[in-house]
Amino acid sequence: MIAADYYNEMSASEAVVRPHYQPYAEWFQNVPADWLGQKRNEADLLFHRLGITFAVYGEGGGKERLIPFDVIPRIIPHREWSILAAGLRQRVQALNLFLQDIYHDQHILKAGLIPSAAVLNNTQYRPEMIGVDVPGQIYSHIAGIDIIRAGDGEFYVLEDNLRVPSGVSYMLENRRMMMRLFPDLFARYKVAPVEHYPDMLLDNLRSVAPAGMLDPTVVVLTPGVFNSAYFEHSFLAQQMGVELVEGRDLLVKDDFVYMRTTQGPRRVDVIYRRVDDDFLDPEVFRPDSMLGVPGLLAAYKAGHVTLCNAIGTGVADDKSIYPYVPQMIQFYLSEAPILHNVSTFMLRQRADYEYVMAHLPELVVKEVHGSGGYGMLVGPAASQAELEAFRLRIAANPEHYIAQPTLALSACPTFVEAGIAPRHIDLRPFVLAGREIKMVPGGLTRVALREGSLVVNSSQGGGTKDTWVLEH
Amino acid sequence: MLSRTADHLYWMARYTERAENLARMLDVHNRMTLLTRESSLVGQDWEGILTINQLERDFQQRYSHITREHVIHFMAFDAENPSSIHSCLRLARENAHAVRGTLTSELWETMNATWLKMRDMPLESMERDLGAFFEWVKFRSHLSRGVSVGTMLQDEAFHFVRLGTFLERSDNTARLLDVKYRLLLGAHTAEEASPDYYQWGGLLRSLSAFEIYRKVYRDLITPRRVAELLLLRVDMPRSLLYCAQEVLANLEQIANRHSAETLRRAGELFASLRYSRIDTVFERGFHEFLDRFLVSINDIGTRISEDFLLPVAA
Repeated sequence: MIAADYYNEMSASEAVVRPHYQPYAEWFQNVPADWLGQKRNEADLLFHRLGITFAVYGEGGGKERLIPFDVIPRIIPHREWSILAAGLRQRVQALNLFLQDIYHDQHILKAGLIPSAAVLNNTQYRPEMIGVDVPGQIYSHIAGIDIIRAGDGEFYVLEDNLRVPSGVSYMLENRRMMMRLFPDLFARYKVAPVEHYPDMLLDNLRSVAPAGMLDPTVVVLTPGVFNSAYFEHSFLAQQMGVELVEGRDLLVKDDFVYMRTTQGPRRVDVIYRRVDDDFLDPEVFRPDSMLGVPGLLAAYKAGHVTLCNAIGTGVADDKSIYPYVPQMIQFYLSEAPILHNVSTFMLRQRADYEYVMAHLPELVVKEVHGSGGYGMLVGPAASQAELEAFRLRIAANPEHYIAQPTLALSACPTFVEAGIAPRHIDLRPFVLAGREIKMVPGGLTRVALREGSLVVNSSQGGGTKDTWVLEH
Repeated sequence: MLSRTADHLYWMARYTERAENLARMLDVHNRMTLLTRESSLVGQDWEGILTINQLERDFQQRYSHITREHVIHFMAFDAENPSSIHSCLRLARENAHAVRGTLTSELWETMNATWLKMRDMPLESMERDLGAFFEWVKFRSHLSRGVSVGTMLQDEAFHFVRLGTFLERSDNTARLLDVKYRLLLGAHTAEEASPDYYQWGGLLRSLSAFEIYRKVYRDLITPRRVAELLLLRVDMPRSLLYCAQEVLANLEQIANRHSAETLRRAGELFASLRYSRIDTVFERGFHEFLDRFLVSINDIGTRISEDFLLPVAA
C-alpha cells in the first residue's frame, strides 16, 4: 500500500507534471516502449562486469550482490537544494561543536539542555577521547545525513550518520551510468556535477593532517574484501590516488603510524578509516579485533596521526541524542534550525512510553543503536504477532527504543516489473567538514522497490537512483 | 607500494599465466592423444600431466583411475583442485579483487569478466569442445597481459605483475620440457631419436613456437633445435632465457635495500643461460639442466617474497 498522502516528486496531481520533471516527461513520450527495460538490463550487465557489488551479511560465503539501480532520475530543483545545503551545513557544524564540547568542557550538559546521563552513559561515548584535541576541532569529517520529504513537501532529517557513512560510491557510479545510458537527457537538463567528490574528499582529509605536515600521506583503512562496503573503500582510494590498507598493513612504533611497503615502512599521517571504533585498536577497544592496529589510539592521542572520522562520534548520531540536535543548533550557533527533525518519542520518558504503547500500529519504532534498517518495526506494515513481540521487547528495555510517526516518504516514478510506478525514496547527501564545510550538490537517493515499502536500505531490498540537482 | 598489494599483483599475474600454460599443456596433450593411432605409451600418458604439476596424490584421492576424461576434468574444471584452470582463474580474480583500486579499470574488468564467464559456462559445453575452451583460456590470458601492458602505469605495481608472469612462465615451460623430453626421447639421445614430426610439432605449437621454429631454422624439426629454441633463444618470448631476462630486468626496477642478493642470483641465472650452448646442455644432461633451472627459479621466487612481499618490521 502506498500511503495516500505522500508527496509525489514528479507530479503535482494526475494531470500536472511539476515543472522540473517536464523535460523528462517530454523526452519519455518519444522513447520506444521497451527502451527503459533495455537500458536497465544494460546497466545491470555493466555493473556486474565492473564488479560494483556489495556483500550481504547473513547470506554467508562472502556473497556479492548488485544494488538494484533504477534508471529514472530523482530531480531536485535548484532552490530546494539551496535550502537543503544551508541546512546541512548548519547541522554538521553544530554536531561537530557538540562533539568538541562533550569531550572537553561539556557546556551543553552544564546548561542542562541535554541530560548528562544520556551522553556520558551512552555506549557510544568514548571516555578515551576526553580532553583529546583533534586537528581543527573536527570530529565528523565525512557525514551522511538522511533526508526525507514528508507529505507536506517539507524536508526532514531522519538520521545523522557521523561514524563511517557509506553510499557515496554509488552516487558517483550512478551518475556515470546515467550519462552512459542517456546522454541525450543530459542535453535537456543542466545537472550540477558531482564527479569531483573524490578530489574534494582528498583535499578535506589533507586539510586535517597533524600540524606541520606539508605533504601528508593519506590512506583509506578497510576491514577487507569481505566487508559489505569494500567496493566503496577500494573505489575511493583509487579515485583519490591513495593506498587502500588493512589493519595488518599498518604498524605503530614510538607512537607513529607506518605502512608496510615494498621499500620498507612509510609514515602515515591521515587515516580515512572505514572500520568501526570498536575494532580500531585491540589494545584499547575489542581485544579480539583482527581489523585494527595495536597502538593506534596512543599515536592518535599523541597527535601524530589524524583519524577520519574521529573516535567517539557515534554518541552524536545516536537515536537517543537525535531529538536534541535542534537545541544544539540553537545553543552553539544561536540560529534557528533550517532543517527540521522528525518528531520523536523517547521511550525512556514515561509519557512518551505510554503514548507509544497505545499507538504501536501507527508508529515506526527503532532501536537506539540500530542501523541499516535492522531491528526496526514499521507499525502499519506489521502483523499482530510482530507487534506483540516488539511490545515485549520494548517493555523489557524502553530506553533502547525511540518511536516516530509513520511518515509518508515522498515517492518518485520508478521502473519496476509492472512498469513505471511511484516508489518511496529518501536522500543521503554527503557533507565534508575540514577547513570549511563543503558538499557536492546531490547525494544518494535510495528507493524502496517493493510497493508500499518504506524501508530503503540496500540490505533490505532497497535500490538507488541517480540524483540530479539542477543548476538553475 | 604496500607489500600486500605487491603480493596480490604478483599472484594475480602468476595465476593468470598458470591458467594459460595449463590450457596449452592440456590442449597439446589432448591433440597428441588424438593423433596417436595405436594406444601407445606416448599418446596415453595422462599420468605425465599429473606428474608435471605434482598432483598425483590429490588426483588419486578423488578419482578411481587415470583416464583422459578424468585428468582433463581434474586439471581444467575441478573447482576442488586448487591447481585447476577453474581455480587459477578464480584465484587470479580474488587477488585482483583485493587490489582492484591499484588496477586500471580495464584490467579489473578483464579479470572479473574472465572469472564470471568461467564460473557461468556450462560444463557440458566446455567439455564438448575442449579445443575452443583452451583457446578461450589462452586468449583471456593474452587479453589481461595486453591490457596490463597497454594501460598500466609502468611503476612498481607493473613490475610486480611482470615478475609474476615471467617467473610462472619459466617454471611452467621448464616443467613441460622436462616431461616431454623424457617421454619423447625415452632412452635415446637427442641425436638418435627419430624425429616424430607430429609429436615435436605439437610441443612447439603448445608454446606458440611452431611458426617461430620454421622462421628461425628453415629446416627439419629436430629435438636438439627444439630445445635450443625453447631454452636459449633470447628473442623467443616463452623461452627460459627470455623469461630469465625479464625477471632480471623487472627486479632491477624494484630493488630495495634487502634485494641485492636476489638480484645477483637472477643475474647469475640469466648469464648462465645467455652463455650456454645447447650441445653442452645435452652433454651434461638435459634433465639435470632443467632441474637446476627449476631450483634457481624457485629460489628467486622465495627470495622475492622475503625481500618485498612479506610484512617487514619497522
